[in-house]
Amino acid sequence: MQFRFELEGGNFSKAGYASSQIKKVLKQLSVDPRIIKRVVVALYEAEVNVVAHAWRGTVLADIEADRISLLLQDEGPGIPDIGQAMQEGFSTASAAVREMGFGAGMGLPNMKKNVDELTIESKVGEGTVVRMLTYFSANDR
Amino acid sequence: MEETKFYHALKIDNDRCVGCTHCMTKCPTGAIRIREGKASIRKGWCVDCGECLKACPTEAIYVEQDDFQKIFDYKARVVLVPTVFIGQFSKYTTEEEIFSALYELGFTHVFQVEFTADMIHREMLRQMEQAEEKPVISSFCPAIVRLIQVRFPALVDNILLVKPPVNATATYYHKVLEEDGFSSEEIGIFYVTPCAAKIASLKGAEGYSSTIKGVINMDTLYNKVYHILKNRPKDFVPECVLPPSLTKKEMRWSQTGGEAKHFSGRCLAIDEIHNVIEFLERMESTTEVRNVDFLELRACDRSCAGGVLAVANRFLTAERVMKRSMKRDKAPLIYSDRLEALSYLKQHITIRPLQPNPKLRYEGNIEEVLKKMEQVRKLMCYLPGIDCGACGSPNCQALAEDIVRHEAQFSDCVFMQRNMEKHGKLDKEHAFRLIEKTWGKDRLNKDCYKKGAKYEGQ
Repeated sequence: MQFRFELEGGNFSKAGYASSQIKKVLKQLSVDPRIIKRVVVALYEAEVNVVAHAWRGTVLADIEADRISLLLQDEGPGIPDIGQAMQEGFSTASAAVREMGFGAGMGLPNMKKNVDELTIESKVGEGTVVRMLTYFSANDR
Repeated sequence: MEETKFYHALKIDNDRCVGCTHCMTKCPTGAIRIREGKASIRKGWCVDCGECLKACPTEAIYVEQDDFQKIFDYKARVVLVPTVFIGQFSKYTTEEEIFSALYELGFTHVFQVEFTADMIHREMLRQMEQAEEKPVISSFCPAIVRLIQVRFPALVDNILLVKPPVNATATYYHKVLEEDGFSSEEIGIFYVTPCAAKIASLKGAEGYSSTIKGVINMDTLYNKVYHILKNRPKDFVPECVLPPSLTKKEMRWSQTGGEAKHFSGRCLAIDEIHNVIEFLERMESTTEVRNVDFLELRACDRSCAGGVLAVANRFLTAERVMKRSMKRDKAPLIYSDRLEALSYLKQHITIRPLQPNPKLRYEGNIEEVLKKMEQVRKLMCYLPGIDCGACGSPNCQALAEDIVRHEAQFSDCVFMQRNMEKHGKLDKEHAFRLIEKTWGKDRLNKDCYKKGAKYEGQ
């Protein structure tokens, strides 16, 4: 089952819509609440990243019987050094974004922590593609 | 329909139910459907919050209660009065007047529900300290406990396992009376409830607990007491034994913020069930709600003052309780007397671990459920999204889910009927029969006696 959500750069009040919709679906599927929590946290962080840094983006979620894959594509500044961005505490967020309580440099590390697979591709000046994959049962990992 | 795990106090009077959409659209768990002109409640989804009762224009939804005469089966007839009951009366009615009327009605003992609040508070603090996961959630409101079991099963372990005041006080006072020489069979403790959820939780699936023998609806008792007060001569001086008075904290315990105020860290008090749902949804799906330590969640607006069975306006009740509780002693009286009952309560103040009872829309394994969810999404391409409720389900989404569960048909939607008629797939007579199936026979006939019509009430 596939879902698509639009993300708008700078609109923090709407970040969290995709994660809340996905949460409702996973709950209906009786996925282990701990796994739901991890998926939802990772997706929310990813949504916030797009909203905080990019101009616009989309979330594509594909839910199968044993897994959820999430694809976030954005048009934005891109990430020059992905290795650096993965470090806890590293952030390029603007002062305005930090003032809203975001931009602590925990986004990417938190995503990595909460999904089974994470891949990031980015082109500076064009945008970033984030892929996340989580299995519903620990045995499939 | 799914098995019933809970006792439910909300009932529908089919003679009064005229078949409208008020209750169905208000239900926070989407548990109500209209079939054959009458509302019906899906028991497994209902949390007894009472929103349907508040919304019903014909008083067709009621709260089942015990026969008042049942109190006379007992030698010690105890009425457990919550402070919101006192708040039903204006400041010109003294507590002595109210309590004396309760004795006049046949009770032998009057005791106040919030008397054990300080003990409960201590136990909550103790459990909170040991809690692995924050925020901890108060177990005060039974509708909230059920809501979490049904809609937020992952949060069940966050609920503190402490008896709510009515249960704790019943445990305590039962022991006091036993010490006074009454046998357990002679003691009849009756609770005056402001809401349906408390009845439902006290009654449970297996009947009442051993300490509480029955529940009296607050509106019923209010009428009885008010009748006595009104018929007393002007110079009447009430004389009765007063129950130990409550402190400010105890009196305000059931008010919004009454608990949250007494915990340290980040504490939030949220009342009204839709507000609670919105907050818990947010807590589940964003990381915005961080480092919250304590949640006081209440199903009714203004907490118990806004209970469905309360008579007075909830804002006035809340204000009266606040006023009456000013200038009170600070030290709770529970620690100064009846120490054996106190230590008994200390040992019996916790409740058993709560089980999740998730509301699942579809049966089957994950593949089957996924398939059903896909079917719902396909149906939603056709349904108009007007959410009128004319099909007998609360909204288009719910109808689509009902169809997939084989509990409704696509042609139940009045707009789809038009569409089908236009394309020659449904004849007029059949369409009308479909409407009658949902709304009952003759429901669309002219009726000048209905609410708002010209002979209403005649």
